[in-house]
Amino acid sequence: MSDIEDPKTIECPPNTLTRRDLIKRVIVGGVAVSSASYLFRASTLLRQSAPGTGERLLTINVNGQQRRADVMKQETLAWTLRHKLGLTGTKLGCDRAECGSCTVLIDGVPHYSCSVLTHTVRDRKVLTIEGLASSDGTLHPVQQGVIDEQGFQCAFCMPGFIMAAVAFLKTNPNPTRSELAQGLSGNLCRCQDYDKILTAMMRGAENMRGASRV
Amino acid sequence: MSKGDTGSVETTPRVYGAGHKLIGKNYVTADLYAKVTGQAKYAEDFHAEGMLFCKLLLSPLPHARVKHLDVRQALAMPGVKAILTADELPPPADTLTDNGTVIRANPKSERALTMEPLYQGEPILAVAAVDEFTAAEAIEKIRIEFEPLPFAIDPLDTLRPGGPNPRTDGNIWVQSPTPPAVVGAPPPAPPPPTIGALKWTEAEFADAKYGRLPMGKTPDEWSFGDIEAGFKDAALVLDETFVTPDTSHQPLETRSALAYWQNGKVYVHTGTQSTAQTVPAIARWLNIDVSKVVLVSEYTGGGFGSKVTAGVSLIIPALLSKKANAPVMMRISREEETFIGRARPSLLGRMKVGFSKDGRIIALDMFVISNNGPYDANGDVPTSGRIVSLLYQPVAMRWRGVTMLTNTPPRSAQSAPGGLQGIVIMEPIIAKAARKLGLDQVAIRRVNCPEGKAPFGPEVKGKRPYATSAFLREALDRGAEQFKWSERVARTPKRIGTKVRGVGVSLSCYVGGTVGFDGLLVIKPDGRVNFQSGIGNLGTESVIDVHRAGAEVLGVPWEKCDVTWGDSSKNLPFTCVSGGSQTTHAMTRAAYATAMDARQKLKEIAAKKLGGKPENYDVANERVFRKGGGAGMTLAQAAKYAIQLGGIYDGHEVSADLNRRTKASAVALAGQGLLAAAKDNYPRDGVTFSYIASFSEVEVDVETGKYNIVDFLAYADVGSVIHPRSLGGQVLGRSILGIGHAIGQKWVYDPHYGAMLSTRFYQSKPPTILDVPVDMQWAALDIPDPETPVGARGVGEPPVGGGCASILNALSDALGDEIFQRAPVNADTILTSLEAGRPMQHPLMAHI
Ligand code: FES
Ligand code: FES
Repeated sequence: MSDIEDPKTIECPPNTLTRRDLIKRVIVGGVAVSSASYLFRASTLLRQSAPGTGERLLTINVNGQQRRADVMKQETLAWTLRHKLGLTGTKLGCDRAECGSCTVLIDGVPHYSCSVLTHTVRDRKVLTIEGLASSDGTLHPVQQGVIDEQGFQCAFCMPGFIMAAVAFLKTNPNPTRSELAQGLSGNLCRCQDYDKILTAMMRGAENMRGASRV
Repeated sequence: MSKGDTGSVETTPRVYGAGHKLIGKNYVTADLYAKVTGQAKYAEDFHAEGMLFCKLLLSPLPHARVKHLDVRQALAMPGVKAILTADELPPPADTLTDNGTVIRANPKSERALTMEPLYQGEPILAVAAVDEFTAAEAIEKIRIEFEPLPFAIDPLDTLRPGGPNPRTDGNIWVQSPTPPAVVGAPPPAPPPPTIGALKWTEAEFADAKYGRLPMGKTPDEWSFGDIEAGFKDAALVLDETFVTPDTSHQPLETRSALAYWQNGKVYVHTGTQSTAQTVPAIARWLNIDVSKVVLVSEYTGGGFGSKVTAGVSLIIPALLSKKANAPVMMRISREEETFIGRARPSLLGRMKVGFSKDGRIIALDMFVISNNGPYDANGDVPTSGRIVSLLYQPVAMRWRGVTMLTNTPPRSAQSAPGGLQGIVIMEPIIAKAARKLGLDQVAIRRVNCPEGKAPFGPEVKGKRPYATSAFLREALDRGAEQFKWSERVARTPKRIGTKVRGVGVSLSCYVGGTVGFDGLLVIKPDGRVNFQSGIGNLGTESVIDVHRAGAEVLGVPWEKCDVTWGDSSKNLPFTCVSGGSQTTHAMTRAAYATAMDARQKLKEIAAKKLGGKPENYDVANERVFRKGGGAGMTLAQAAKYAIQLGGIYDGHEVSADLNRRTKASAVALAGQGLLAAAKDNYPRDGVTFSYIASFSEVEVDVETGKYNIVDFLAYADVGSVIHPRSLGGQVLGRSILGIGHAIGQKWVYDPHYGAMLSTRFYQSKPPTILDVPVDMQWAALDIPDPETPVGARGVGEPPVGGGCASILNALSDALGDEIFQRAPVNADTILTSLEAGRPMQHPLMAHI
């Protein structure tokens, strides 16, 4: 790559670079700064979607209700939930399947909603943190576990953790702490309140077992 | 009783807060229901009618000048509403502090946008459009040409003779002297610092060839005692270099912000570490009056120092909103957060330490260099020296340091700023010394740890400053007992198959509180007590917890108390920033003072209505009543009388020593009931610090280099416990933040382009739930600090250094001293070093 100059050796006044040139060059070196990083994986998508076009009316089942929304074909479920349906309990911590803040249940299975396209869930049931408590306001046993143990600090990760725990505890209602930790390991808590989270989720498991006995 | 299935630490459930009804007791915080149901609104969850979205154009170069900018094509796109460039930013305003001194604005400080980017990822301009797709596409249509400038991402590079300067005029900040005072005129403000160049000679760099930190001239230096005599008398002298990592704060919520203007006021929704203090910061950055700023910040998704006053970037949506005449939402992506979201500076440290044969540190020569990023100097360098001097009580010490500017993202305080680095540089040396001297690791820390009014730092006006109190030796002893330290040390064999176990202990401390802030409460005519809280709600729960101290003093059950927080238009008092572990200390003092003010007013009202003198009355059980029985009234009745009486009783007159912001809030609340407002004027002898003793055990697989943390215990000396569960969350949460520095977090750069490679979670991975023991332990001494009425000190910072250093010490216990001389320690570090028999990582290079 002899055409790439070491910027450190460039004397002033040096040649000028356009941002495009530079990004192209730097991509060769393995890094890039892109303003579109919160949006797409590939810029080809960007060019295909003229702004404001390509929306289609979809009906999706969210928290037991049929909800209609105009959805772009490249729109993620997290975006639809947060910006089209007003369900902002689902959080975005990375938008790239790294942190689990956006975890929702699709047909009972936890998914990172930042990495699921909305049009793929048309015939499926989506459950978010807002749909967890019963309609009379009674909290889900896992939510109650958080209250009982003052789980979480800032709680930005909490909706994701709770949804992951709810799904995991259905398959393993009586886990050990390490089993439950494995079940929650797709979720990142940056306040690093893992010990208290695990205690709260274990309490939630206990609450769930208690509730199913009644 | 152990709560886990693998944990081998026995815990007896501690009962905290003996003799108290609320202090030291668990309860459910008022914000938890909203959090658990997904109703809690963080900045990005708000939506305003007609809201535009904004995207930033970030510099691809670490240092450059924008030569040419053409935004016409972007502006012509349908849906693009406005573009904001650096020339449209208001000039930075001076700060008038609360004691009337002026801090001059520094024209070379960071601004929200720039035409001379000083690090890769620095925002150059911002586009507002109807949606993010349009804004992002508009960014692509902007023609921009850069003139690349020399850059330095490594602090040693810029110190070398002829090395590149990160800023056109140099590589360090230089403070010129304040002009002499003129009689009769207000004291002159010190001029803003300017930039100078510091270069070391080839001779001064000679040590670098041998992997030792070179020690050239530094602008800052202090000392006490005679270190040369100490080294002469020492039984063991060690001279070691250690490098700590640069680590992004990575709050899970990025610094997104929504802003709009209404009736000449700007409304800002963002996450912050202080509702009260972010308002003047926004006013200063926008160069408008504080009365024109409304901040809404009910929930903040983590800060760790990076959101102390939210951050200068939040004025971008505010200015764009003004320009486009519509609300603007700026969502910050994870990568953008890495660039603009702050980080802890790496410290390159070298310590020469002289030990007596019983392990006492008799001489300590400390030298540190920080990698500061291009803007304002952080306090990590000077703080590291003061913390080390307190925590290890050296008989004689010299400290030297320099804060180097580099073309890397701006740093800010991160939990235990400077403290973590100082402790992490020092602790491996103490561990090594104990091995060389044949001493137990707990024993060597026992002989050096601070006690009581322990001195720290150099002399100030002929006397060394000292701590308010320290009970760290007791925490160390109790922790060693609970952790079964001696049993673990004695356990053999250390190696089974490919697995080797090691145990580590570390001391840690940090500043644990400030003084002088205000509290504000209203007893309503229905008998409920409303506490006004200016504290940021970033998850530590101090926003609510501290008011339990007030309720306890007033004798009001918690069910009758309400806390207002998170909105600057709701009449909040002058409050400290939730950073540097100030809040629990500072704001329990203010809450206590305010409750005492309320008590006094209740007694005066009772005396006025029922006869006698105020001192004949007492307050308890929601009543004010005559001592020894007799007449009395409920708080509800007293609140009604307060409104009738007016004046000082319902807030129409307040104490003159209150901050002007508290006064304004009191005026707005006047007439609603019995209003109490007070400044914390309690005396304090010493500077407040909190302390932790941290213990860990690791198991290393010497065939793969992978290691697990098997057990962890942190024993805290943080004064009186206010809320055990939130304290436990802080003690262990911040311990894990520190552990992240030991096990994996760091920045990685492409040195050729000055471009960062570790911009996302998976590239600088914070610990996950699988990286820590499933059953972590914590405990607190619960010994009140004698210099504060509630006895509570702060807790956020102290666990961090101990978390990191105890892991490092456990690793060297397992593997020996010749494995690492920098953190983090990864599997490849261990494998290659074990093979070579010496540390194999480059000892000094930044960002490897
Ligand atoms: S936001 Fe979806 S995984 Fe992080
Ligand atoms: S509680 Fe803050 S990120 Fe988990």
